[in-house]
Amino acid sequence: MNSNEKRQQDNKKLGFKLLWIVGAALLFGFALVPLYNVLCTVTGLNGKTNATADVTSNKVDVSRWVTVEFTSNVMPGLGWNFYPEQPSVKVHPGQIETVNFVAKNNTNETVAGQAVPSVSPGLASPYFKKIECFCFKRQELKAGETKLMPLRFYVSTDLPNDVKAVTLSYAFYNAVKAAN
Amino acid sequence: MSSTTAAHHDEHHDHPTGIMRWLTTTNHKDIGTMYLTFSLIMFLVGGAMILAVRAELFQPGLQLMKPEFYNQLIGVHALVMIFAALMPAATGFANWMLPLQIGAPDMALPRLNNWGFWLLPPAAILLTLPFTLALFGIGDGAIATGWTFYTPLSIQGGIGVDFAIFSVHLLGVSSVLGSINVIVTILNMRAPGMTLMKMPMFAWGWLVTAFLLIATIPVLAGAVTMLLTDRHFGTHFFDAAGGGDPILFQHLFWFFGHPEVYIVLLPVWGFMPQILQTFSRKPMYGYKAQVVSLWAIGALALVVWAHHFFTVGMPVPALLYFMYSTMAISLPLAVLFFCWIATIWKGSLSFETPMLFATGWIVLFGIGGLTGLVLADVAADAQYHHSYFVVAHFHYTLFAGGMMGVMSGVYYWLPKMTGHMFSERLGKLHFWLTAISFNLTFIPQFFLGLAGMPRRIPDYALQFAEFNAISTVAAFVLGFSQLIFVYNIVSCARGGKKATDRVWEGAEGLEWTLPSPPPYHSFTEQPIVK
Amino acid sequence: MVMQFLKKAGLGVILAMTSLAVHAEYTWNFPMPATPMAADTLHVHNKFMVIVMIIFLVVLSIMIYSIVNHRKSKGHEAASFSGPSTKSQVVWTLVPFAILLYIDFILMGIPAYHSVVMMEDTKTNADMVIKITGSQWRWQYEYMDGEAQGVKFVSNLTTPQDQIDNKAEKGKDYLLEVDNHLVLPVGKKVRVLLTSTDVIHNWWVPAFGSARDAIPGFLRETWVRVDVPGTYRGQCKELCGKGHGFMPVVVDAVSAEDYTKWVADQKTKLAAASAGADKTWTKEELVEHGKEVYVKNCAVCHQAEGQGLPPTFPALHGSKIATGPIFDAEGKLVKDGHLDRVFNGKGVMPAWKAVLNDTDIASVITFERNGLGNAVGDMLQPAQVKALR
Repeated sequence: MNSNEKRQQDNKKLGFKLLWIVGAALLFGFALVPLYNVLCTVTGLNGKTNATADVTSNKVDVSRWVTVEFTSNVMPGLGWNFYPEQPSVKVHPGQIETVNFVAKNNTNETVAGQAVPSVSPGLASPYFKKIECFCFKRQELKAGETKLMPLRFYVSTDLPNDVKAVTLSYAFYNAVKAAN
Repeated sequence: MSSTTAAHHDEHHDHPTGIMRWLTTTNHKDIGTMYLTFSLIMFLVGGAMILAVRAELFQPGLQLMKPEFYNQLIGVHALVMIFAALMPAATGFANWMLPLQIGAPDMALPRLNNWGFWLLPPAAILLTLPFTLALFGIGDGAIATGWTFYTPLSIQGGIGVDFAIFSVHLLGVSSVLGSINVIVTILNMRAPGMTLMKMPMFAWGWLVTAFLLIATIPVLAGAVTMLLTDRHFGTHFFDAAGGGDPILFQHLFWFFGHPEVYIVLLPVWGFMPQILQTFSRKPMYGYKAQVVSLWAIGALALVVWAHHFFTVGMPVPALLYFMYSTMAISLPLAVLFFCWIATIWKGSLSFETPMLFATGWIVLFGIGGLTGLVLADVAADAQYHHSYFVVAHFHYTLFAGGMMGVMSGVYYWLPKMTGHMFSERLGKLHFWLTAISFNLTFIPQFFLGLAGMPRRIPDYALQFAEFNAISTVAAFVLGFSQLIFVYNIVSCARGGKKATDRVWEGAEGLEWTLPSPPPYHSFTEQPIVK
Repeated sequence: MVMQFLKKAGLGVILAMTSLAVHAEYTWNFPMPATPMAADTLHVHNKFMVIVMIIFLVVLSIMIYSIVNHRKSKGHEAASFSGPSTKSQVVWTLVPFAILLYIDFILMGIPAYHSVVMMEDTKTNADMVIKITGSQWRWQYEYMDGEAQGVKFVSNLTTPQDQIDNKAEKGKDYLLEVDNHLVLPVGKKVRVLLTSTDVIHNWWVPAFGSARDAIPGFLRETWVRVDVPGTYRGQCKELCGKGHGFMPVVVDAVSAEDYTKWVADQKTKLAAASAGADKTWTKEELVEHGKEVYVKNCAVCHQAEGQGLPPTFPALHGSKIATGPIFDAEGKLVKDGHLDRVFNGKGVMPAWKAVLNDTDIASVITFERNGLGNAVGDMLQPAQVKALR
């Protein structure tokens, strides 16, 4: 083997090694999807509210009030009416509260919808704990059916002191195409 | 050298002629020429698009085109200029000059090199084909989301988005192949005695760029692939309805998109000190400091991406992190600027065309850098963001900092590549027309942005009329001045005064030890660097 | 020489612009701030601009000095230093680093920190809350609490197409005028919630200093406190499709008394619209009113004659949906029928139930079925739409 061929082999070897970096970067790109979701849940980046809880909280901080406001958007393509029964509720952190949302299918077919919650300010979202929510799974309404959809939640006592108002918004989507 | 390699070389000498020569060539100079030619053509194509846009913006009201078409032009202009003009220009220089500068016979992986180039024309065609298809009633034209593909607008878009996605895939593969080749060439093919710290600065600039490319292009490829599956295969990466998040796309895009700025600029920062040094007749200042700064900028580029979308709403700690890390980029950049200016300081300066462009480049790129520093401020960014202020800012970095740098490089190496001197008079005219009309185009845009004109709008309120009119007139001067550039290059390639080997009085480096133009196969015997 | 020429040229341009400024409305900086946030932003911007201008001019003068004095044509001999090797050169190289370190993290960094904290302080002491929903290509406003609770309306561009097409003279507020202004009381801190029903928009009023994206499926917030009464205009600044340049924001900041009066007016209007929906309309009335609604809301995509812009925006003339049944035999709304599509939207088609009132929807549907070259012959009463709410 002369020096030139050896060099060509070395070059190819290094080239293939670099392909590993490319592959790793590609994997990293896709891995960012779950990583991002974790980041969002932990930091409240983007107001994603995945915080759920099945244990009832044991302490209530009666020293302060938090106003929780509700709002909703029915996204294009879903033939429903959907709105909170009450626009807002005042709670103590730690206090478990149930509120109802009204949903009505105004078409002549059974339709499934999926509610996507979002909390603002985003930094409050990790402290907004849902015990029971219609948004955990897709909801089905028969033609013309009206249904009360309950939400059981509490606001964690760890909520930063300067947050006085939290808004919870639901965007209701047509669930037909939503697989997950 | 053994007899087998000699025979090998003879084979190469009877290379095919005509179109087959260019299709099959693995010669770094041929491929470099193709890259540079492609880049020049696409620079004119992208320029023509934006002149149409500027013509529409000359006065309030819709004169020439519908908003849908306007949106297509601005997005394709950006994609063409970044992916098909600036990046191929840098790769073209790498092909032509890296082997000559480091004393290598060719690029390390010649066949890969050929594939890397020939992916580009199909990519460019894919990107622009939807314009033509729309004329025949197929689809509704090219991608109309801007070059950033933001979801959900890009999910809503027509076939132009799919074409752009495939185009980006091809462009991505091409740049990754090019980068692998550059890294292997630099690491394995240097002349004996040329240690890393003796390499020309251009090699350092490109080495950082190449690593950034292979680290970030795959992320972009992944992001647009997810976009494609969201569009056609029912996934919901970026759709809230299925648990996805449209903002995730912006994170993925700008994880690539911010380093992309440096990918385009680092090769220029590499050869620019060499040009300054040549025309100052004085050694480059602060070689080590520059190398360290290039790497520092490369590293910082990977961790500041979210400053491109402060207004989506982020928690305060995230805002502060991205603000301060972005500001930190100015530190190594300040060192670079210092070194560039210290290189000309107390030199023996002469102002041939490449040096005119190089000095103009320092000043204008400086404006781009300083406005970038201001843009990092989150609170004020709420005003600057997506206004014409940003448009002006990134044209100071990408046109002045990128394109004018490339022009400087072209004038610097053109006599070496062609063996002829270009017309110095036309070169100077080109510089002055470009520099002045560039400023007249974009200074008004700074004020438009401050006054509150959003970018990417096809029509605007009356209060913005005067500045837009000035900007449009200047943009046309800027655009048509580039024809001088083309003419100068073409006539230089065809003939002219013979260039000497060294070309420029103060030129240092291995490429100037070869004849002008260098033989088809150079450095078959590697030089020894002391 | 080189730089002097540049400088001269630059000066000439600036002079030319200032002379024009006498008779043209030029703005050289941010608009007059109307909120504390905008005032702060302007202050920070001015300060930073002065800093970077000084850096620029210092560096430029050093370059000009070198370019003028260190020329070969003047016989200047090149020095040979390539430092930084001596101690003083190392120090010199670190000087710009240190200066920038000071500027970045002290001179600019500290005020920037305070601005960020102020900008994001939506949580404390908000007097009222409004919700802004962006849709292609209009803004919807909803008052979430306080005296105006329940007031909601849509804000559409009112600039006539003729002005955009240069067939008529452009008005003073060309492209910055809407039918329904957002009205806010002065001096009240308003927490602004933002969301979208289709793509990302960005609600921006330059005089307020706040810009925030409206993201479909997610809630974002910012705040404004307008201290100076007046009318403020802005635009969407996130590319949102072909109508991106045509969805302005207009805000009236009024005194507390005027605000109360305005709220009362709005409530009366809402009641009137509701009453209007209960009366029975004739077909002619519906078609006539429907045509107005169509021109204002639908023609931008489906085009004036209903020919559409396929494939994205289908034609209404001869459309299966626009000529098919509205209700089924049991009197229930047909899914993917005409009213369902208009009322609830799908894909690119917005859900108009949130945007238009019952009379508007009934009228426009009746118009689409009996105009645009269609002749279905039936009609839809506002009461039938109201029953779906």
